[in-house]
Amino acid sequence: MIRTTITTEAFRPEAELNAFMESRGDHIGAIASFIGYCRTSSAAGTVKHLELDHYPVFTEREVARLADQIAERHSLDALLVIHRVGLIPARDPIVLVAAQNQHRAEAFAAVAEMMDYLKTDAPFWKRESGPDGARWIEPTAADYARRAEHAK
Amino acid sequence: MTKLLFFGRARDAAGCSEMICDLPANVETVAELRSWLHQRDPELGSVLMARDIRVAADHTICVSEATSVRGASEIAFMPPMSGG
Repeated sequence: MIRTTITTEAFRPEAELNAFMESRGDHIGAIASFIGYCRTSSAAGTVKHLELDHYPVFTEREVARLADQIAERHSLDALLVIHRVGLIPARDPIVLVAAQNQHRAEAFAAVAEMMDYLKTDAPFWKRESGPDGARWIEPTAADYARRAEHAK
Repeated sequence: MTKLLFFGRARDAAGCSEMICDLPANVETVAELRSWLHQRDPELGSVLMARDIRVAADHTICVSEATSVRGASEIAFMPPMSGG
């Protein structure tokens, strides 16, 4: 099962991950997961909150399309993607990705690939706000390089 | 009428997230749309001229500057994307 959710609401990764773990079939040998949080500081200084802009309908469709591709490429039994948008206070979770497979290698690879796509290819725009104002965060050369690895 | 949507730094440049406009008949392609907006509002236009701002017409990304946007009801200006 593939489930992708874009939400303005705060979510609890532990509860979502627990339900995902419980849902696994008997042949599942591996679940890999990643949780991304809003840090309280960055290279630019203190972070009060992040603001994540998205393009309603288009973003949901693109994330679902990317998730379908990755689930197929790695023969996943299940893939979960939850991505928060709107105003996200520092320390709050932003994203949860989790994958189920018989074996660990595909589960690890799928989670890493989904995250690399979300960093560069999914229609989100991220602005970091601190005491000195706000700035848009765009992908780095390293983000694009990691993303390009999957296209090979 | 066409709805223009602005995201990320394009939204800052526009000072709003969307605007409704009446595209003239001679605006057919992405390149012509960028030029027209530049003539109308040089400050916003200079930001929107950047090729790293991709354009989507009715939820489909325009693959080149020559792609037609004629007849689209919604056109989005999308700077480099970054989620996660």
